[in-house]
Amino acid sequence: MSAEGISEFDLVIAGVGGQGTILASDIIGKAAVKENISIRAAETHGMAQRGGSVVNHIRIGCELGSMIPRKGADVLLALEPSEALRYMEYLSEDGVIIVNTAPILPVTVTSGLCSYPDVDEIISIMKGNREVKAFNASELAKKAGHPQSMNVVMVGALSNYLPISAENLLECVRELVPPKTIDINVKAFEVGRDAIEQ
Amino acid sequence: MSTREYMLGNVAIARGIVEGGGQVISGYPGTPSSEIIGELAGMKERDFYVEWSVNEKVALEVAAGAAMTGVRSVVTMKHVGLNVAADPLLTLAYTGVEGSMVIIVADDPSCHSSQNEQDTRRYSQFSLIPCLDPCTPQEAKDMMPYAFELSNKLQMPVIFRSTTRISHGKSDIKLGSVEKTRPAADFRKDLERWVMVPKHARVQHGHLLELQKNILEELENSPWNELELNNDPKTGVIASGIASVYAKEALIREGVNASFLKIGTFPVPENKIRILLENSERIIIFEEMEPVVEEQVRIIAQEMGSGVEIIGKRDGPVPREFELNTDVCRDVLAEVLGLERPVVPDEVTEDFDYNACRLELPMRPPVMCPGCSHRASFHVMKKVYGKDAIFPSDIGCYTLGIQSGTVDTTLCMGGSITVASGMYQAGEKKPICCSIGDSTFFHTGMNGLLNAIYNKADITVTIVDNRTTAMTGHQPNPGMGKLATGEDTVEVSLEELCRGMGAEFVETVDPYDLEKTEEVFKRAKDYKGTSVVITKQLCVIDAKRSGIRRDPLTIDTEKCTGCKICVNLGCPAIEFNTEIKKASINMMCTGCGVCALLCKFDAISEVKK
Repeated sequence: MSAEGISEFDLVIAGVGGQGTILASDIIGKAAVKENISIRAAETHGMAQRGGSVVNHIRIGCELGSMIPRKGADVLLALEPSEALRYMEYLSEDGVIIVNTAPILPVTVTSGLCSYPDVDEIISIMKGNREVKAFNASELAKKAGHPQSMNVVMVGALSNYLPISAENLLECVRELVPPKTIDINVKAFEVGRDAIEQ
Repeated sequence: MSTREYMLGNVAIARGIVEGGGQVISGYPGTPSSEIIGELAGMKERDFYVEWSVNEKVALEVAAGAAMTGVRSVVTMKHVGLNVAADPLLTLAYTGVEGSMVIIVADDPSCHSSQNEQDTRRYSQFSLIPCLDPCTPQEAKDMMPYAFELSNKLQMPVIFRSTTRISHGKSDIKLGSVEKTRPAADFRKDLERWVMVPKHARVQHGHLLELQKNILEELENSPWNELELNNDPKTGVIASGIASVYAKEALIREGVNASFLKIGTFPVPENKIRILLENSERIIIFEEMEPVVEEQVRIIAQEMGSGVEIIGKRDGPVPREFELNTDVCRDVLAEVLGLERPVVPDEVTEDFDYNACRLELPMRPPVMCPGCSHRASFHVMKKVYGKDAIFPSDIGCYTLGIQSGTVDTTLCMGGSITVASGMYQAGEKKPICCSIGDSTFFHTGMNGLLNAIYNKADITVTIVDNRTTAMTGHQPNPGMGKLATGEDTVEVSLEELCRGMGAEFVETVDPYDLEKTEEVFKRAKDYKGTSVVITKQLCVIDAKRSGIRRDPLTIDTEKCTGCKICVNLGCPAIEFNTEIKKASINMMCTGCGVCALLCKFDAISEVKK
């Protein structure tokens, strides 16, 4: 768990390069600054972005380093199911997992070198004594108007847990997405927010 | 208006350059340093000069020349770039500068995007140039104006060392005021200072050694070194740069009360270390990579005749490789102080033992993009030169060709043509075909080609020309006709450049045209001497950005025989269903058409609208 004197809320965002994990963390970071809360984040850039596994750490109300210790995160926001499992080690014992159930097959799987685990099995394994909020965010993004808005659907879902107001988060969505896509992304945020009940 | 902004570490450093009044900024892209110049070059209004140079040596010399005239200059690069620039660096320490000059070097502990884990503080030691080592993006920004002042005061360059977690960290940043003065360029001739013939160098070396006392004094009392003494004298902790925030968190989490010395400069603050040694029974030192601070602490302790126990990397337990983090610091504290700490296995916690749950996660390595033309170039190279051929390669997106069996060596920037030549000159009889990107060729590859041609190396040099510096984020290079700022400039022709260096076999081909590419590579293979094949096709990311739209492809399941020839290309857009033994194409397809050309059963065609 985020500990007193260190951080108010620790979040890990996991996904695949190209899914928009950086935009997701930027929305949260910018919204925190609007509320005058200090923030630290760490991102995957460069080599690891080319369709590789990516992970962002975000610490809200933190003045120290950006890296969340193992079993330290309050929430794991996973844009892809196998990536949720890959970064489970960061989640605290009583943390919450919000996971998009739509898989992206890595080239090791599409070329037949490895197999991709059953998504239901991934979710049942993660459940244990943790709260798992699993839903198909990619499907919701399509309904909102564009599959690319999946990251914003996920931020909408996460907004139920963040110590930042939904209004500020939405304002940052409007500021950060391409102007032509504002309506789609606002809708994506809202359907994400409604997709899970806290 | 709020003066706090959410910023990437490198953007904060760029802001620090603006606040400090930087006037000439040069650099060569390299993760994790690239966004500093990217940010400065993208500013709509600017009162400084900024350039992407062709390599780090060139960039450092451009900044040095500027600083010789009395202005404030900055050069940026990644850690391995400083090896390229090491020649001017070591002598620039002798000449010093007139204005001020900051050498920003971004280290990459854990090799997130690099070929080694070298520690730039060693260059500070080696060159006798002071080094600043920030602990957060905020401190990095705040240090920049200081770095200019320090450089001007000492009349010598200052190294500013960032790391991946500073450069690619994000944080709320409190902005400062912007320096308005702009010293005018006015080079004053002074042969003894600027012309490093042996007679002058001998004098300047002595002067550099003299200067070390002033450097030490300046840094000792700088705001970047902070000592907090605790009443309980048992444990003292020293932490350098970013390790200080990890060590702080570890101490809080473990509930350990210790004296704490945060170090942000090299040379280290010797007086503060002495005070800490006098007030502690044991000292634990946290720093990423090399034991640079630790060695100094041991020397100072020996000079003092101190019997304080010094714990660091020498005999463990602080690791000398990879990034540090709070967990590593907690493990060290627990081991040294005998604290209880649950054993956590390296990769997974007990609750999530993948083997126990019989779930194996598929590897997800970074790969070349769907439709990347390098994939086509590599496919043909492999077909023509054969599986026994040797494929030395270089540093760029095409290094990801390691998956396609066409990257046999990667040593350093520009190290493909030279390694290929050496193999040939050693008497290697297997065919040798090396690959290098356009930006890497301009960086240091062209010297290697000149050498290969001059010394008659019978090899093929493939320049995989995707018209950009893709891997680091699409920075322009001399082949593109664009400056860092987007302004038009001369477009250097790779063909003419190669011919100018004496190459007689130079052919340019579109790698998406497999047939033609194969024909060219066959002739290149048969050619006696150094042959150059330029496979030219716009990076797919740039193609998309510039509005090029190709129709995506689909596979006719009826016609697909499951031969996997398309699957073996390794394109993320092509999938194979093991149950029905058929290939299919997913939404990522960019329509490059290479798989359709390969299919022997005419099963792949454009999606019908």
